[in-house]
Amino acid sequence: MEKLEGEKHVKYILSVEKRKDDFESLVMDHLRINGAYWGLTTLDLLHKLDCVDQEEAISWVMQCYHEDCGGFGGNVGHDPHLLYTLSAVQILALFDKLDVLDVEMVSKYVSGLQNEDGSFSGDMWGEIDTRFSYCAICCLSILHCMDKINVEKAVNYIVSCKNLDGGFGCTPGGESHSGQIFCCIGALAITGSLHHVDKDLLGWWLCERQCIDGGLNGRPEKFADVCYSWWVLSSLIIIDRAHWIDKSKLINFILNCQDKEKGGISDRPDNAVDVFHTYFGVAGLSLLEYPGLKPIDPAYALPVDVVNRLFFRK
Amino acid sequence: MSSDDGEECPPLSQRPEWADVRPVPQDDGPNPVVPIHYRENFREAMDYFRAVYLADERSLRSLNLTSEVIGLNPGNYTVWHFRRLVLEALNADLHEERDYVDRVAERFPKNYQIWHHRRWLAEKLGPKAADKELEFTKKIFTIDAKNYHTWSHRQWVLQALGGWDDELDYCQKLIEDDVFNNSAWNQRYFVITKSPLLGGLQAMRESEVSFAIKAILTNPQNESPWRYLRGLYKGDIEQLLSDNQVPEVCLKVLKSGRNFLFALSMLLDLLCFGFQPTDEFKRIVKGLTNSESSSSDANLATSVCNILETIDPLRANYWAWRRSTLPSIVC
Repeated sequence: MEKLEGEKHVKYILSVEKRKDDFESLVMDHLRINGAYWGLTTLDLLHKLDCVDQEEAISWVMQCYHEDCGGFGGNVGHDPHLLYTLSAVQILALFDKLDVLDVEMVSKYVSGLQNEDGSFSGDMWGEIDTRFSYCAICCLSILHCMDKINVEKAVNYIVSCKNLDGGFGCTPGGESHSGQIFCCIGALAITGSLHHVDKDLLGWWLCERQCIDGGLNGRPEKFADVCYSWWVLSSLIIIDRAHWIDKSKLINFILNCQDKEKGGISDRPDNAVDVFHTYFGVAGLSLLEYPGLKPIDPAYALPVDVVNRLFFRK
Repeated sequence: MSSDDGEECPPLSQRPEWADVRPVPQDDGPNPVVPIHYRENFREAMDYFRAVYLADERSLRSLNLTSEVIGLNPGNYTVWHFRRLVLEALNADLHEERDYVDRVAERFPKNYQIWHHRRWLAEKLGPKAADKELEFTKKIFTIDAKNYHTWSHRQWVLQALGGWDDELDYCQKLIEDDVFNNSAWNQRYFVITKSPLLGGLQAMRESEVSFAIKAILTNPQNESPWRYLRGLYKGDIEQLLSDNQVPEVCLKVLKSGRNFLFALSMLLDLLCFGFQPTDEFKRIVKGLTNSESSSSDANLATSVCNILETIDPLRANYWAWRRSTLPSIVC
C-alpha cells in the first residue's frame, strides 16, 4: 500500500517557482489566484499554511482587487471575474483576514451578476453557467451576504439544470458532468435546498463513476482523473451517499498518481503533476479521512476549522 | 503580421510598428505565492498587451496583438474582453472574426473563453449564423464527439438561433458512430424534449423506446441507453408498467447470460414499482444466482440485489442498501 508523501507535496507547492518555463506556468498566468487558492488550501490541509508569508500573500491578493467594481482579477492587472473573486475570498478566509475586504463592494459585485432568471454570469460579458451560481453563492455565504441576491430564483435556475439521470449540467439540457454536479449540489447545500435533489438517483449515477482502476470519472465512458476524486466525492458526501463507492480503491488510485520523488499529484498514474491535481488529490484524501490531513468541508472547499470559524465564531 | 497559428514572428521589440510603445511588465510583487516563469516571447507579448490595454488603444495593431497573445495562451479572459472592445471600436468584419475563431477553436477546443467569444459573435450575426455555427460544432465533434463546451454551444445555437430540422438525424448518426457517446444520448433527449418540430416526449416515446431497446440489445453493458429508456418514462410509472417492452428487453438480456448488470438493475426498479414478474423471470434470475451462496427461497428482488452485490463489488454497498430498502410490496 502506498502512502501520502505529504512533505514532498509541501515542497512541490512551495518550489513551483524553481521550475523552468513549462507549459503549465505559461497557462497559469491568468488564473494565478486560482493557483494560489489550490496551493494554499493544500498546504493548510497538510498543516503547513504557516510556511508562507501571510502578509505578502494577502497584499498580493489585494493587488488583484478592482476597487471600482468590487471584483477580483486572476492576477494583478487582469479583469475581474466571479471565478477569481471566489478564490480571493477563499484565500482571505483561510488566513482569517476577511476584514481587509470592503464586503459591501464585493457582495455588490457578485450580486450584480445575477440575471433575471436567477442564473449568474461570470463577468460583465454575460457567459452563464451553473459554475458561476456556485461561485456567487459560496462567496456571498462566506461574506454573510446571502440576502443580497434572490436565493429562490438562484435555486430554481440550478434545479432547471437537473437531468433525467439525477445529475446537473452547465445550463438547462446540458449533459450531466461531475464538475457541474459539484457546483449545483454545493450551491444547493449552502442555500439549504437539497430537498430538490433525488439523492438516491444522483447517488447511483455518481457511484457509477467509479472505474475498475478505483478512480472516478466525470461522465460515462470517460477515463478516471484525480480531479473527480473531489468533484464526485464531495457531491456524494453532501448527499450522504459516499459509502456507496469503494473508498480504499479510490485512495489507492490517488496515491498512485503521486510523484514520489519530487512531490505533486497528476491526473492519472505516471502523468505530469500540477498544482490543480495536487489540490484535488489531497482534498479527496481529506474527504476520505486519510490520517494526518485536516478535514475539508465538501461544499465550501475550505478546511472545516476555517468554515467553523466563519459561521460559529462569537 | 499577426500569428494565431503558433508560427514564429520576430520579437515585438524589433518590429517597427511597435517602436512607439513601452511594454509594461507583470507586477508580481516582491515574492509571489505562486511565482511563474514566463517563456520569453509570451512575456514580451503580454508586456505589449498590457501597454495597449492600459492605454485603451483600440486599434488594428492591438487586434493583431490579441491574436498573438491568444495563440500563446487562449485562456485569458482579459485578452478576449479587450479583443471584443477593439472589434466593436473598429467595426470589424465579424465574418472574418468567425474564420479566425474557427482556427483558434480547432487548436484549443477545450477552452471556455473561445466558446464564449463565439457565442458573442453568433449573437451579433443573428439567426443567419445558425447553419455555420452548427456546421462548425460538427467539425469539432469529428475530433472530440464529447467536447462539453461544444455541446453547450450547439444547444445554445439551437435554442437562440434555430436550426432544429436535422438535429435528430444528427444524433442518430453520432450514436451510430459511437453508441457509448453519452453526450449524443443527452443531445437526443434534449431534442425530443425541446425541439419545436417534434411534438415532445409523449409524441416521441414509442419510436424512441424502440430505438433505445435496439441499442441496448446490441450493447447491454452501455449505461447511456438504459438511462435514456428510464428518462422516456419520466413521471409516468404507470405507462412503464403497462408497457411490456421494458420487462421484455430485461428478459432478453438476462437470457443471454452476459453483460446483464443494467438489465438486473432495471428489473429491480420495475419490481420496486410493482411489476409482477413471470415465472420465466424467476427461473432465469435463479439460474444466475450462485446456488451455494444464496438461499433458494429468497424473493426475486432480494435475489436480484444479491447478484448485483456480487457482480458489481465496487458498488456492493449501494446494492446492499437497495436490498435493505426494498418496499414491502416486493418482500
